[in-house]
Amino acid sequence: MQTHALDIQALKRDQGPSTGQLGPAHTSLRMENLNLFYNDVQALFDINLEIPRQRVTAFIGPSGCGKSSLLRCINRMNDLVDGCRINGRLLLETEDVYDRRVDVAALRRRIGMVFQKPNPFPKSIYENVAYGLRIQGINKKRILDEVVEKSLRAAALWEEVKDRLHESALGMSGGQQQRLVIARTIAVEPEVLLLDEPASALDPISTLKIEELIYELKSRYTIVIVTHNMQQAARVSDMTAFMYMGKLIEYDDTDTLFTNPEQKQTEDYITGRYG
Amino acid sequence: MKMINEQELHSDRAPGVKSWLRSGEPLIWLNGAAVSVSVIAVMGLLLLLAVRGLSHFWPADVLAVTVSYQDQSRELLGEVVEEVEVVGTQLEGAGIELQGPGPFYQRTLLKQGNRDFLGTDFTWLINEQFGERRFPSDALVIERLEWGDFYGYLRGVSRFNTPEVTVAEEGPELTWQALQELIAETDAVREQIRQIERVEIGAINYELERLRLRERELEMDGALDAAAQADLASLRAEQEARFRVLQEELYVLYDSIKDHSYSAELADGRVVTLPIAKVVRAYQPNAMSIPAKVGLYFERLWEFLSAEPREANTEGGIFPAMFGTVLMVILMSIIVTPFGVVAAVYLREYASQGFITRTIRIAVNNLAGVPSIVYGVFGLGFFIYFVGGELDQLFFPAALPRPTFGTPGLMWASLTLALLTLPVVIVATEEGLSRIPKSLREGSLALGATRAETLWRVVLPMASPAMMTGLILAVARAAGEVAPLMLVGVVKLAPTLPLDGNYPYLHLDQKFMHLGFHIYDVGFQSPNVEAARPLVYATALLLVLIIALLNLAAVSLRNRLRERYKSLEH
Repeated sequence: MQTHALDIQALKRDQGPSTGQLGPAHTSLRMENLNLFYNDVQALFDINLEIPRQRVTAFIGPSGCGKSSLLRCINRMNDLVDGCRINGRLLLETEDVYDRRVDVAALRRRIGMVFQKPNPFPKSIYENVAYGLRIQGINKKRILDEVVEKSLRAAALWEEVKDRLHESALGMSGGQQQRLVIARTIAVEPEVLLLDEPASALDPISTLKIEELIYELKSRYTIVIVTHNMQQAARVSDMTAFMYMGKLIEYDDTDTLFTNPEQKQTEDYITGRYG
Repeated sequence: MKMINEQELHSDRAPGVKSWLRSGEPLIWLNGAAVSVSVIAVMGLLLLLAVRGLSHFWPADVLAVTVSYQDQSRELLGEVVEEVEVVGTQLEGAGIELQGPGPFYQRTLLKQGNRDFLGTDFTWLINEQFGERRFPSDALVIERLEWGDFYGYLRGVSRFNTPEVTVAEEGPELTWQALQELIAETDAVREQIRQIERVEIGAINYELERLRLRERELEMDGALDAAAQADLASLRAEQEARFRVLQEELYVLYDSIKDHSYSAELADGRVVTLPIAKVVRAYQPNAMSIPAKVGLYFERLWEFLSAEPREANTEGGIFPAMFGTVLMVILMSIIVTPFGVVAAVYLREYASQGFITRTIRIAVNNLAGVPSIVYGVFGLGFFIYFVGGELDQLFFPAALPRPTFGTPGLMWASLTLALLTLPVVIVATEEGLSRIPKSLREGSLALGATRAETLWRVVLPMASPAMMTGLILAVARAAGEVAPLMLVGVVKLAPTLPLDGNYPYLHLDQKFMHLGFHIYDVGFQSPNVEAARPLVYATALLLVLIIALLNLAAVSLRNRLRERYKSLEH
């Protein structure tokens, strides 16, 4: 079994914490022999992966390769699917995500997720961002105002919407909606941000804005992004994992993977020979 | 390149039936025709109800006519209700000799009123026996509390049994004025009497009944000692003293109006004297201008809407029935909505979608098709006899053997109809829940909300328009339902409204009146069919309007919710 340990060189090159040491200090998420089954069909095979803290990690691969399934394992979204079964270990910092004692709601507050299609709630812009706080029982207007502004600023949306915070979020453009969803997610201050093809439903300009945003956000969050778009992966990510048929084929820092892949399959995919 | 064949592009096939069928046009015509037929049917129904029902309140001219038949003639005075054409042989078969050539003859239904003097207040006449038709301007119509309408000519007015004015001496105008003044005076006194009898004495009776129940309770607990008895006796004496005071007041009021009277001449020349205390209103339609008639029309229409029924429901208003219908529907909505929503949420959100859930869902859908009378029987057997009987044993033993909740009443009627409409609400709510995009639930869960929080904050608000749809269908069905209500709480005449000023204000145990049942009662159980017929139409129209109004209210509420929670555009 091939293991994909963190590449120290990649970390160094990227002005990260300059301790220069491998190991738990830089690993935010660690997967050990992770297998995923939908009823009797196995969707993921023995995934071993370490995702660095405050970096962008991209999952690429052809449709149906299991990259979204893997992403949804991280915040236990697969729990909602009937007949879904997981074995192996998935650690967030030192805690096993699939431990019996884990409070799933609390876990999901630590691991935020943004979906392929913008899914703002049919509420006002303000209430969308405040939603995560309200379910934690925070209803003080002063705190909410502050968090809403901070989150919208962080999502580069504040200037565009500050005059219509109390209008319906459904009146925004697709790109704005997606940035609103990101603002809503970071309002609860997660450690990890999971982005499931966040720009696939958007026009090129909105896509660019989302990419810039991802670049901004990585200084504070561990970001995992699933994307179909290899240029996008090359542009925004520090680390890239190539998956094929439910298996992790290659995992390396982005530059290496795109310029000098070790595996033939990876090379075929990134040069567009299939997928 | 191949040359395009001219023939292929411009097919010169004759435009026959086949190509017409293929064009799809017949289907459009068929659809259009079906829609037109439906619209015409609904409009026709409403028009019939409106014309027949609303024309009743118009103060029609009063016809005076001499009817001669076989050397005998009689004078008649009254309103023409309708004129129809009949075959002569039919009349001859009834033993009537006809003069005209036939074969068709005109026949008139005349409302002659004066049931106390003439026996019947409607009579069929054959037009060929009519003399000259006259519309005398002094013809008088008096609506009375008893014996139906009076038709005649005013002759004089007496105050306290002494003639005040007469037509012969002071002239018709002064007499008319005096009559109107006296009616207004009497009316004011009657309103006072009503107030005392209904509200104040009603409250005393209610209080006395409560004292009786308290005494019975104490007796059953074995706690009815001398002190308690004395206590109760003094309270009772207090109420009785209040009652005596009111009774005195009532006597005085009754005495102050009982000796006013008017005298009038009937069409046949008899002069009769009648009490003013029984007069609702008097008017002379033949002398009235159109605006005055319009004013009177709306006055009578308002009376129909706001007053209580009299004369075995054939006269007066239908307010209690209207009130009962609306109150019952509101109570039903309050009961059925939470139940239906909770059941739908369980079936859709929590139950695992297996065989049992599917079976339950099919059963619920089928419940919507159970005939309503079956629900009535169930309501009577289960709610009233079983639950109500148990409630009486537990909470109202003092009133036994007279049942409190063990008898048909408002609560059981609302509950029975709630049960009847439950499937509709469940099905509509489930439908709404299933249409909420999965991405929204996931969005909420990904922010750390639990399933319950997601349900409460995102899913249910978004499903609220669907719940309203269910409620609209439920209201439409419940408001028009009559059969089960006859078993579980509706009566033809309820002396008091189920909502009044006596604690606990809303009397769920009381029987109530309902428009649907009122239509049946007035139309088919009435002693005076001709008098009641227009009221059947008017009541039916009102029932339709009320249901439409309740629906409109719910629909506008739903549209507002839809606007607010309209789901994402993808």
